[in-house]
Amino acid sequence: MAMEVTQVLLNAQSIDGNVRKHAEESLKQFQEQNLSSFLLSLSSELANDEKPVDSRKLAGLILKNALDAKEQHRKLELVQRWLSLDNNVKSQIKACLLKTLSSPVVDARSTASQVIAKIAGIELPQKQWPELIVSLLSNIHQLPSHVKQATLETLGYLCEEVSPDVIDQDQVNKILTAVVQGMNASEGNNDVRLAATRALYNALGFAQANFSNDMERDYIMRVVCEATLSPEVKIRQAAFECLVSISSSYYEKLTPYIQDIFSITAKAVREDEEPVALQAIEFWSSICDEEIEILEEYGDDFTGDSDIPCFYFIKQALPALVPMLLETLLKQEEDQDQDEGAWNIAMAGGTCLGLVARTVGDDIVPLVMPFIEENITKPDWRQREAATYAFGSILEGPSPDKLIPIVNVALNFMLSALTKDPNNHVKDTTAWTLGRIFEFLHGSTIDAPIITQANCQQIITVLLQSMKDAPNVAEKACGALYFLAQGYEVVGPSSPLTPYFQEIVQALLTVTHREDAGESRLRTAAYETLNEVVRCSTDETAPMVLQLVPVIMMELHKTLEGQKLSSDERERQSELQGLLCGCLQVIIQKLGSSEPTKYVFMQYADQIMGLFLRVFACRSATVHEEAMLAIGALAYATGLDFAKYMPEFYKYLEMGLQNFEEYQVCAVTVGVVGDICRALEDKILPYCDGIMTQLLKDLSSNQLHRSVKPPIFSSFGDIALAIGENFEKYLMYAMPMLQSAAELSAHTAGADDEMTEYTNSLRNGILEAYSGILQGFKNSPKTQLLIPYAPHILQFLDSIYMEKDMDDLVMKTAIGVLGDLADTLGSNAGSLIQQSLSSKDFLNECLSSEDHMIKESAEWAKLAISRAISI
Amino acid sequence: MAPHDLRRPFKRAAISDQQRRRDLTLQRQAQGRRDAQQQARCLASTVLSLQSQSTQPEYEPDIELEPESLPDLLPEQEESGASSKDLDVRHASKLKGAEARKWFARQLMLPEWMIDVPDCLAQDWYVFARPAGKRCFVVSSNGTTVSRQRNGSILHRFPSALPNGAKTRDVSGPSQSYSILDCIFHEPDQTYYVIDMVCWRGYSLYDCTAEFRFFWLNSKLGETGACSPPSFYHKYRFSTVPIYNCDQSGLSSAYTGALPYVKDGLLFYNKHAHYQTGNTPLALVWKDENCSQYVIDTDSKGQVPSQQQVVLELQDDGKLITSDDPPVVFGCLDLDFIQKEIFYVLLLVMEVEFVDGKLEKVDLHYLGKVNRARAFPDSYSKMLEALILYEKKGKKKLTTGGIQISYAICFFEHAFSLV
Repeated sequence: MAMEVTQVLLNAQSIDGNVRKHAEESLKQFQEQNLSSFLLSLSSELANDEKPVDSRKLAGLILKNALDAKEQHRKLELVQRWLSLDNNVKSQIKACLLKTLSSPVVDARSTASQVIAKIAGIELPQKQWPELIVSLLSNIHQLPSHVKQATLETLGYLCEEVSPDVIDQDQVNKILTAVVQGMNASEGNNDVRLAATRALYNALGFAQANFSNDMERDYIMRVVCEATLSPEVKIRQAAFECLVSISSSYYEKLTPYIQDIFSITAKAVREDEEPVALQAIEFWSSICDEEIEILEEYGDDFTGDSDIPCFYFIKQALPALVPMLLETLLKQEEDQDQDEGAWNIAMAGGTCLGLVARTVGDDIVPLVMPFIEENITKPDWRQREAATYAFGSILEGPSPDKLIPIVNVALNFMLSALTKDPNNHVKDTTAWTLGRIFEFLHGSTIDAPIITQANCQQIITVLLQSMKDAPNVAEKACGALYFLAQGYEVVGPSSPLTPYFQEIVQALLTVTHREDAGESRLRTAAYETLNEVVRCSTDETAPMVLQLVPVIMMELHKTLEGQKLSSDERERQSELQGLLCGCLQVIIQKLGSSEPTKYVFMQYADQIMGLFLRVFACRSATVHEEAMLAIGALAYATGLDFAKYMPEFYKYLEMGLQNFEEYQVCAVTVGVVGDICRALEDKILPYCDGIMTQLLKDLSSNQLHRSVKPPIFSSFGDIALAIGENFEKYLMYAMPMLQSAAELSAHTAGADDEMTEYTNSLRNGILEAYSGILQGFKNSPKTQLLIPYAPHILQFLDSIYMEKDMDDLVMKTAIGVLGDLADTLGSNAGSLIQQSLSSKDFLNECLSSEDHMIKESAEWAKLAISRAISI
Repeated sequence: MAPHDLRRPFKRAAISDQQRRRDLTLQRQAQGRRDAQQQARCLASTVLSLQSQSTQPEYEPDIELEPESLPDLLPEQEESGASSKDLDVRHASKLKGAEARKWFARQLMLPEWMIDVPDCLAQDWYVFARPAGKRCFVVSSNGTTVSRQRNGSILHRFPSALPNGAKTRDVSGPSQSYSILDCIFHEPDQTYYVIDMVCWRGYSLYDCTAEFRFFWLNSKLGETGACSPPSFYHKYRFSTVPIYNCDQSGLSSAYTGALPYVKDGLLFYNKHAHYQTGNTPLALVWKDENCSQYVIDTDSKGQVPSQQQVVLELQDDGKLITSDDPPVVFGCLDLDFIQKEIFYVLLLVMEVEFVDGKLEKVDLHYLGKVNRARAFPDSYSKMLEALILYEKKGKKKLTTGGIQISYAICFFEHAFSLV
């Protein structure tokens, strides 16, 4: 048997497809017949130094895959399967794995490390395999260096797999001691030192206590900093990765070290190899992330109770940091703008400069301006591009007051560079910089407009001209136009863009037809810009938007003609359909928002719906998200007439609701259910069984992303409001679900911000469901069916009130539900309501709220309650 | 533990337009929900104050917005007028006499004959063996139970354990509530086999999927005691029929499984279909000699005669039509032939030509009027089916066409050969 396994494992890697397939089948069969002996023979294969390395590696890989999977459901299954194996079998496998760590063959050791970590990830939380860490640590001291290396690697993987709270502090200390000792300069073996440095990266999450102890922290920091000076590049890189991780995990502990770290990083940025230099820059980007977040959250005034104060590391480092970053800008690569995957020191440096500008604001401007002025007219394109990029990078952060005078001077130069500069990079960056100018310094909030009647024509001419340039430049020009249009979003009945509307639309459509529009995301950018132009259009240009409808429909129609597509073509078709459906969605929403245009648009509705259905029919198992969004907009615009599309559309609606994997699609479809409810009102009734069945299934699925669940509850409310008392038959299913979700979301003690935010969205969904159901049953003889639920609803309102962590939206919805309860149940609930906390303290708090929406709901609730009590 | 990717977005806008579209959609939906909620809350006050809200005046466009037409882009959408089959079962359950007959005659869901195998049969369909007997509606209300046949005539009036089906004190639920079941009355064991549930305790299941109706039927019928043996307050036993998924084992169970009743073909119900009156392609019937004795007309010796009978409806203008919606027209009769009666039995001679799977030339011979109990002509699919089975008996080889039905027959032969 053992011999046979080796051969099968080798065959499974054969270049001959038939041999491979046969071997894979044998393995599968073996696994199915006897899992224990299958796993055992794999582990002994891996442990056997007489076996070929290839069969050992594959044996280890199969073992690893038998313990873990990407998909959450499958993962849990595998965990259960492992736990239920015979203990004796598991011990034998584990013994083989630990033995393999001493193998002279590096690949076998490395594979075994990963498998051990996977098992640890399963067993340690169950308090099993308690001797693992002890036995790994005993390896560290006595044995040859290759065993030490494998052991440190195992500890690294282990820290990646296992959550810190399942390992007690004593063991954490020992792990960290072993790891940091392995990193120490006194360790002569580079492999050991590298394994230790990489292990520390994962172990940092376990070091909370150690970082709070000055001596231990000093020691760790000293060893990490020393490792950044190692002669071995991989060790230096791994050490900088540790620094990056420390910068976000232990920002508040960095003060004593920041000076030294600056010196180390500056040296690395200027002198070291690129992978190391990139990590060094990332350290400062990461510090910017931290400080931006702190400053956004607390503004400038820190009070004693803010968790982490801002230490202004960036501000202090600014005079040295900015010149260092500006230097990197000159190290561009020739074709970086055409290469999607490119990431080099110039890009990293420029990105960091942008973050620094956001962190310190105005202070950066005087430090960067000399560099711009010096380089922007130089003959070397690298200098012109670097100067332009520096300018573009600092446009977000500093105040408009500081920037606008500079922009007013620079604008003409930029426009002329965009048309005349001979270099593609310079034009790319110039167009991008113009886009940044329009994004941050143009719009109704800016007092002194930079785009005026005098230069508007010129700006548009230049941008439209640039759309004929190389794809990467044209894409940036589209982007600039996007923000130009956005700045005119709320201008009233007339827009400065009106005179150019036709010309802009035409130019964008021309771009979408360019043969090279597939490069540099150009076609996408053109359609997205068209969308924004449509969104920001006014009544004046409505007839032109209407003319766009048949044009885009024709484009969509063309995508449906291809047959027998290859998978590449199918993907492109689907992408293009997405863009066109997206565009139609924007148009429908725009035209549907005012009565005159909606009226004229309606004559296209049948044809558009026909096209959307054909887009759906292009796929077999999934629905097109963009088409779904567009249909939602169409339902909103068509209202009751949408009923005629339902027989054909329904199956796709159902398909969308079943799409657990692409939860965005599911979420979008749930939203469309609401659109359709409001459009069809009780005409949706024939479809409600199917819809409710799917929604209930979605709610009880643990595969579905949790963010979809709150909107599902809201859609219960939409359905109930649409079909009224016909919701009766779903009460027995919906109400228990709502109740248990309500109980879950009532108490949030100890939750973090993210959890609290989710809980509030869940509460809002539940409350919207209650609201819709209560209002739906109003004035119906079946109102009495809701009486049994009233105590629970009131209890829910009281408990979220007492929890004191609801947001304004929940407050508004909650007080509305109180009103709905009184409105629908009247005197039946009068005394219950009077006894509740909600009808007193909560209502009073809402009545005196600053938020007018809360106040409005509260006043309505007060009225409804007084009516319920008086009857 | 490979080096970690540290690329950040470069020269890209932070928010994608797609995300913007999603966000704007969510905003619109939230606004829509608020508006709807607001409207519902306002309705309360208007009802209370007896103020009628005037609807918005019809909008007239005041600007010239003439969109260009799109020639040949898409076929014209058919105008689908709202069907006026508005059912008011509540009202109907109180109907009496001729009115009730007329109403019930139109209310049963009638399967089409299976002339080809639907896609996704295994996933989307149920199958069960149809009990041989009289198809009828059973209505229980106000302390009595009435069964009515397809033509609306009463079969039995009796006390039953159905909700409000007998005058007993034990009434669970409001006394005016009623239930309507779709049944087949099976003579040999005097049992009503319930094949569908249309209304239960006053609420309608018309608009529920078959999946739901069958689930409800199986969970609710037993609770009432209607499946118990007959007693003083319960004259006839009711029973459910075993319903299977249309997979291999389900099909074979329905086709060959032993049942307490005589089989008359198989019924296929689409799981997602609502209860729809009249002929529907979402319910199908299959009959062959293995599962039904009524599959094809036979003479007293069990031989297939050279001619088969079908029932067609004679219309005022002389057209002969099937029960399909829309009906299929099979030629015309001389006007002087027409009498006041509506239904005639016509003789269909089997020497016909198939062109593209359609009955083109059919030699029809008038045989006589049908029995008064007969309320409907046959459907087109039944005629096709009969024709093909007739062919299978080796009576006559059809020259062309009939592919779909042949396929269906092959499908069944294959499916059942594996039993």
